[in-house]
Amino acid sequence: MPTTQSTATLRSQPPIETGARPGVFRRVLEVVGVQNISLLMAIALVVAVIGSQNALFFTVGNLRVIGTAIAISGLLAVVQTIVIIMGALDISVGSIAGLTSVSSAMIFTATGPFLGVVGAVGIGMLCGLLNGCIIVFGRVNPVIATLATLAAYKGVAQLISDGRAQGYTGADGFFVFLARGSILGVPTLILVLVIIALLAHVVLRYTSIGRNIYAVGGNDIASRLAGININRYLIGVYVATGAVAAIAGVLITARTGSGQPVSGSEGLELEAITAAALGGAALKGGKGTIAGTILAVILLGILTNGMTLLGVNSFWQNVAKGALLVLAVVIQQLRSGERRIGLPG
Amino acid sequence: MVKTIAPAASGIDPAPPGTVMLSATGIEKSFGPVRALQGVQLELRAGEVTALMGENGAGKSTLLKILTGDLQPDAGTLTLAGTEVRFTDPRQSRLAGLRVIAQEPEVLLHVSVAENFYVGAIGRQGLMFNRAALLARADSDLRRYGFEKVIRPETLGSALSPAQRQIVEIMRALVDSPSVICFDEPTSSLGDEEVVILFTLIRQLRDEGVAIGYVSHRMQEIFELSDNITVLRDGKFVGTKTTADTNHDDLVRMMVGRDLSQFFHRDPVLPGETVLELRGVTNSHVTDIHLEVKAGEVVGVSGLVGAGRSELMKTIVGDLRVDSGELLMGGTTMSFKAPADAIAAGIGFAPEERKAEALLLKRSVRDNVALARLRSLSRWIFVRAADEKALAAEYIARLGIRTPSSEQLVGNLSGGNQQKVVLARWLATHPRLLVLDEPTRGVDVGAKSEIYAIIDELAQAGVAVLVVSSELPEVIGLSDRIYVMAGGRITGELARDHVTEEQILALAMDESAADPDLSTSLS
Repeated sequence: MPTTQSTATLRSQPPIETGARPGVFRRVLEVVGVQNISLLMAIALVVAVIGSQNALFFTVGNLRVIGTAIAISGLLAVVQTIVIIMGALDISVGSIAGLTSVSSAMIFTATGPFLGVVGAVGIGMLCGLLNGCIIVFGRVNPVIATLATLAAYKGVAQLISDGRAQGYTGADGFFVFLARGSILGVPTLILVLVIIALLAHVVLRYTSIGRNIYAVGGNDIASRLAGININRYLIGVYVATGAVAAIAGVLITARTGSGQPVSGSEGLELEAITAAALGGAALKGGKGTIAGTILAVILLGILTNGMTLLGVNSFWQNVAKGALLVLAVVIQQLRSGERRIGLPG
Repeated sequence: MVKTIAPAASGIDPAPPGTVMLSATGIEKSFGPVRALQGVQLELRAGEVTALMGENGAGKSTLLKILTGDLQPDAGTLTLAGTEVRFTDPRQSRLAGLRVIAQEPEVLLHVSVAENFYVGAIGRQGLMFNRAALLARADSDLRRYGFEKVIRPETLGSALSPAQRQIVEIMRALVDSPSVICFDEPTSSLGDEEVVILFTLIRQLRDEGVAIGYVSHRMQEIFELSDNITVLRDGKFVGTKTTADTNHDDLVRMMVGRDLSQFFHRDPVLPGETVLELRGVTNSHVTDIHLEVKAGEVVGVSGLVGAGRSELMKTIVGDLRVDSGELLMGGTTMSFKAPADAIAAGIGFAPEERKAEALLLKRSVRDNVALARLRSLSRWIFVRAADEKALAAEYIARLGIRTPSSEQLVGNLSGGNQQKVVLARWLATHPRLLVLDEPTRGVDVGAKSEIYAIIDELAQAGVAVLVVSSELPEVIGLSDRIYVMAGGRITGELARDHVTEEQILALAMDESAADPDLSTSLS
């Protein structure tokens, strides 16, 4: 018998061990958060295991490889976190990245690097706008809406490119700088991720926009009654997601030297959602941080890199990635202390 | 008791009246550092109704959860019919013959009332279940307990009112023929007529030898129904009294440890200009509403459940559309497209369903207080953290919100304090009109009187206040004028000086004024 007790008595937080020493440890825990502490411990563990097996892991070169490898999926994970905090989901980010990758290369070939990037971002925003409008005005569940556009945007990318890689950006200074350049020794790819992540962090943490995003995800009726225009926020966040997915698409083009309709971006949505969930974003909305997501992205990057170094078959790597998403959500559910009966809401 | 096809039900023979069926002694329970229950005791006897009283946060709900096995006590013993028991799961207590009727029952929305009754215990014939037999059985059970006019077996769960859901929950419990039943504030969502039916049922069960526990905030009910009263305060056992040997003041003193002689203190001020005026407002929920609220006035809206009161409030605050008629604020005709427009016009709104419609339970008190005026706390888009903190601190102090800090999650506060957080959110916007839908529902006596004081203070300061309440003494004590609604219409307007509960009830049940299509005729 489900007993939803409404009289709010002392509904305590998930039981935190009180026996441990309070003081410093407790305070660190509060500032950093239990979620992030466990991620840091997981990272330390994985680094120790892989490092002990293969000395190559600790070389500067390999750290750069990890850093540049996580930049693209990291960008998508950051925006996905915002979407999830708002109580929605965007499965189409990978397809948008593919579409913008190929279109940036095509526009570049016709005009030049500047319009190539601007055009790609414009197309990404249009894709996001369409997602948002389907959800808001068509009253379609976000998962279904973006599942549909996942297929549709991929189709458009294949149509305009005839299914082949397009253009050649490998000789262009700007694209080369994006892919292999660096500022003060930090690769450009990582810088792009750092900038977008910081931007998202500041917006979520310190602005009224961020507060309202948490509010909409936490309780949409209350948000509406408090005067928040929910539709505007939904559409806005999807447009922003489209724009960042487009930046990811441009980076894919830069790294591979040509526009990739599918191959560079397929499966990125899975990685993005896994990272957000692992980083503590609640799939029911209202909860999550960029810091947590970034830690999760690093953990995933190290894992992938480590598995490759240790010679794990890439098919098994896919199995591992899927298992990790399940694990992340299971941990989340257990931590939320909800009853283990019936279908999760 | 009820005949069941299912084998699971444990038909326990009725014990002789007066036998202690359930006894809890020395119950202790802590959540982290918070001691929710300390040395609490409770006895429920066969054939008697024992009321459990106490302010919110006194530990009543925690105690009920321990009885059912939803929570495990840190110390103490539970005995059921003489044997010591230890439940780790609500199902175990259910099989042992103990049921708690939840305050907000869960109902399966897409199946009929009959299927809802016997969920988990539906009889089968081979692989099929016999729908006609099920409906007939539900019908006879409804008749047996006198609910046949209130609820039909074939109605879908999604079409049920809160009151009807409560009845479904009760019927579900009766299927198991329990020997102990606890009701957790069963009347908070019921209309007066349904309360009468419920009481008849409880008395019937009592006479059949069931031991009954009854949690309620309503004094009148307790005196009408109970044989004994157990009072908790701040998680401690205060005492058990025989109902006949105690009185209202006595109980209030036991519950709050202080006298509430000036429960309703209103200093009516001379009303100022008209703030809100409705001229013939009509939409799919309400019809031809004429109403006005002046500055410094507290105006009550009364009526039975389903009379359209909440819908009227949502129309005023821009959440429901006005189809025809006019809504004026300060003499200017308004057309609100969304609540944001109403907020801009100076309207604040505390809805009926505090948790579902007002609060961000996983966010801090500070966040919740600032929500409706974030823009004015921000420089461009950046929230000025210091100003926000100061605002929260100001209202925590002003409304006496009991919270360890402004960073506490609202979900961890008690009902009364949560309601104060909602009030704080709207007071922070400095509204000209404050609309309060059931501001004291599920709130304890102490917090109630504080909320009344806040309302009075607001009126003194010239705010126009519109209050919906199902509790007649509250509406009468609080309001300068009262509108009564029935079937989506206003059936009468009463002035403060000479209003009685009987007058309000007569107007609330004035079915002649009600449009038959609109009335959700429960009565």
